[in-house]
Amino acid sequence: MPQSPVLAIEDLAITYRIRGGEIDAVTDVSFQIQRGESFGVVGESGCGKSTVAWSVVGFLGANGYVKRGSIQFLGQELVGRRPDELRKLRGNQIAMVYQDPMQALNPSVRLGQQLKEVLTVHQKVSDQEAEERCLAMLKRVHMPDPADVMGRYPHQISGGQQQRVVIAMALLNNPALLIMDEPTTALDVTVEAAVLDLIDELRQEFNTAIMYISHNLGVVARVCNRVGVMYAGEMVEVAPVEAIFQDPRHPYTQGLIRCVPRLGADKASSVLYPIPGRVPPPDQRPTGCLFHPRCDYAQARCQEERPFLRLFAEDHRVRCHFAEEIDMASWQPPEEVQAAIQAHAGAPNGAQGSPSSPGEEIILEVEGLRKYYVAQGNSLRDVLGLAPKRFVRAVDGVGFQVPRRTTLGIVGESGCGKSTLVKTLIGLEGATDGRAEFLGFDLTVDLSKRPERLIQELQMVFQNPDSTMNPSYTVGQQIARPLIRFQTVPREQVQDEVIRLLEAVRLDASYLDRLPRQLSGGEKQRVGIARALASRPDLVLCDEPVSALDVSVQAAVLNLLLAIQKEHGTTMLFIAHDLSVVRFFSDHVAVMYLGQVMEFGPADAIYAPPYHPYTEALLSAVPIPDPGARQRRIRLEGSVPSALDPPSGCRFHTRCPRRHLLPDNGAICAAEVPPWRDVGDGHRIFCHLSLETLRSLEPVIQR
Amino acid sequence: MTTAPQTIGSRARPNPLAKLWGSLSLVFESRIGTIGFFMVAFWFALALISIVWTPYDPNASLFGQNLPPNAENWLGTDHLGRDLLSRLMQGTQVILVKTRLPNGWVIPIGVALWGVLGSLTLGTLLGLNAGYRGGWTDQIIMQIQDALIAFPRIVLYLVVIAAMGQGDLVVILAITLTGAPGVARLARSLALDIKTRDYIRAAETRGESPWYIMFVEILPNARGPLIVDAMLRVGYAIFAIGTLGFLGIGLPPPDPDWGNMVNEARRFIYTNPLAVLWPSLAIATLVIGLNLFADGLREETTRYQK
Repeated sequence: MPQSPVLAIEDLAITYRIRGGEIDAVTDVSFQIQRGESFGVVGESGCGKSTVAWSVVGFLGANGYVKRGSIQFLGQELVGRRPDELRKLRGNQIAMVYQDPMQALNPSVRLGQQLKEVLTVHQKVSDQEAEERCLAMLKRVHMPDPADVMGRYPHQISGGQQQRVVIAMALLNNPALLIMDEPTTALDVTVEAAVLDLIDELRQEFNTAIMYISHNLGVVARVCNRVGVMYAGEMVEVAPVEAIFQDPRHPYTQGLIRCVPRLGADKASSVLYPIPGRVPPPDQRPTGCLFHPRCDYAQARCQEERPFLRLFAEDHRVRCHFAEEIDMASWQPPEEVQAAIQAHAGAPNGAQGSPSSPGEEIILEVEGLRKYYVAQGNSLRDVLGLAPKRFVRAVDGVGFQVPRRTTLGIVGESGCGKSTLVKTLIGLEGATDGRAEFLGFDLTVDLSKRPERLIQELQMVFQNPDSTMNPSYTVGQQIARPLIRFQTVPREQVQDEVIRLLEAVRLDASYLDRLPRQLSGGEKQRVGIARALASRPDLVLCDEPVSALDVSVQAAVLNLLLAIQKEHGTTMLFIAHDLSVVRFFSDHVAVMYLGQVMEFGPADAIYAPPYHPYTEALLSAVPIPDPGARQRRIRLEGSVPSALDPPSGCRFHTRCPRRHLLPDNGAICAAEVPPWRDVGDGHRIFCHLSLETLRSLEPVIQR
Repeated sequence: MTTAPQTIGSRARPNPLAKLWGSLSLVFESRIGTIGFFMVAFWFALALISIVWTPYDPNASLFGQNLPPNAENWLGTDHLGRDLLSRLMQGTQVILVKTRLPNGWVIPIGVALWGVLGSLTLGTLLGLNAGYRGGWTDQIIMQIQDALIAFPRIVLYLVVIAAMGQGDLVVILAITLTGAPGVARLARSLALDIKTRDYIRAAETRGESPWYIMFVEILPNARGPLIVDAMLRVGYAIFAIGTLGFLGIGLPPPDPDWGNMVNEARRFIYTNPLAVLWPSLAIATLVIGLNLFADGLREETTRYQK
């Protein structure tokens, strides 16, 4: 190595003291980060990624300590120093950016003040100079109108802008090391893409070393040059980013890559391979290789002997006994996985045609559906009820049809109205206007006015595994409740039916008496699915059912949903923000923006030209877990406008990057509501641009 | 309706005694909780013993007046020559282990506990409705509560007792009415938080009635804070009984009442200060014991994990 590394971690082990013992959160981590390098740390939750970052900045809390190993920062040892020495050593040389920008900024202090403080506290800088440097830094992070932003409070700017301010704050002292802990996880894809561009740019310009923690392989492929994969408190593979994605040598890395759907993959032609089991909690780690219980290649030696992180090729270290022998390309899924997959992927069901194909029963039909909320004003006139009422147009004229046994995917940024749409359909909210029909029932009324039979036929799977189950009741009780309520089966058969449902979601009778806190996230989500299926519904609404899960678990849950759909002929509405997942899972896709559908069509048609300029921008923003893929950069300006006062004409015109293709820089877009352009095969685009122009657009992603 | 969870659960769930022991053993993890537990247990034990045995008849004037502690009367005697220890022991009964009905019957569990149970029931009912239903229901319930809280407590007691006369049930009612607003506030805030969870959405999309959601889905998850609050409230209730007794409008005779004992002994405080001290000390230790117990319980139940 030509120069000394900025951060060198050797044999690091970190332990937390808890009541009645200790927990070894991190047991064996070694890596180095050079100047100007961006090092990604990936792994599922509970693998100890964040703990490593905390140890570098010395925030392990009252009960955490470094048990073994060394952390060298710019050649100085950090372990074993007193807090005041540490503070002096680190000084302003290490900066950290967290997941949630709203928690990193003080909500009651103006942004300018917070930024300036960073300079005036650490260095002797005059207020005037600090102000100038802050302004320059805000310009550097592409903040629109920096002088204005300096005078604002955090809640007055958008989430993406907040994260820019936090990054600017971190860079103000020109740190030698920048630690980023999932900095874009809380952001929308389009915003995430812009922030990732920024990080990439800053790394090259500032020559800072970056430690980038993420669970998302696509993001890591985008911004890192070297990657360390962590599993159960150990570093299992360290290599340049190309090697990690093209020639991964640790079975865990391979598994991680296999279990995320590639953008463009669909359920008919490809399958997801989940990693069996789950990350063991720190007190239940197995002997030998920590990964062997989940490994397809495990042999007797793996159970007995702990592998070391050894050099496999130049700059490529692996912690596996058989790294030379296992090749990703020659991997065969184990038989039981293959059998399960063939069950749903082998024979594509008849529903995978177009929505207009004859003979298909339309199960759900929505037309011109609107849901407005009355906006609460603050003025005296509003309070007295004298001011004209203003409405938040959360869903504004949405229409689509869903044939039986198919899946409709709904995508869009947050605030586009997809959750409101689902809430309206399920009846948590009554619709304001429009028509929605399901099996002949009217869906525009809320739950209190719906007949029992309709309630039974329409069920929902929720996003957050931690709140989807009532913590006070056992799994069995919670699945039994809908069975008893709807009298799906006679009382004495309830128990058997619950077991049958548990088996349908690949759990077994041993789960009956467990409480939710004894389950992992993926298991909770399975129980949530079983509960939704208990009333044997015809339509299941899935609101981001996998977005809160780890990737390996996500694959298993997606496979499960597919198998259930195949088996029971359930129709599904699937909301997600991950376009690869939606593409993989859905037959049709609706792209929503500001309460309206911008594009609707078969899933494969949406992901290739012609597409709506908004779809194009979304596709361009998806982080792809493949450093070799070429992705055209289209970045949307600003954030989604307020639904209180949506733009006239085409709602997307204020941010549309394709507007200039129309005469007069798209004057018509602001003036007139666009027409539906019919591409054929049920594919419709809501745009003023002609189909020829849209067809001529270059595809966003090329390999 | 609520039988649903039991059909499957009965087989699996540990019996109530084992569960009670489970939560009790949690208290012993905390030192102050343990101290509190033994202070409360001491008074309970004394109350139970006094049912079958007291050194002398608590209401009989058998000795000299205002005697200091001696070999016969361990705590001394009062102004009518009654044994203070016997009266103190007997006084525990009405508070903790028995309630006298107007027709002469006696039911188990003391006035303080019934009162708290009453305010817990009423407060939870109101609070869950206010929190879960929101809107006008919330407005009306909470405005009434606020109006009730705005009155000084002692005035409320006087109003209730003046209207209904003296008696154990009236004291229970007074404690219930004054305690309910506080419980309702707590229950409302818990319901507001819990009703945002997805499992409540799941129950709603299953078409469950609001009462089912409030009492079967929300209440079990709110019980921790409510139980801790109830423990503290037992302490307040004992205070309230003491205050009422001191004013002479508390628990009626013949049973001795701690507050009334203080009041009577007050007139002879210069000749026999200990007669004031003993019942005061009794009230104080019982209330402090309950507070410590509640603190220990809260500390251990809110701790991240075991």
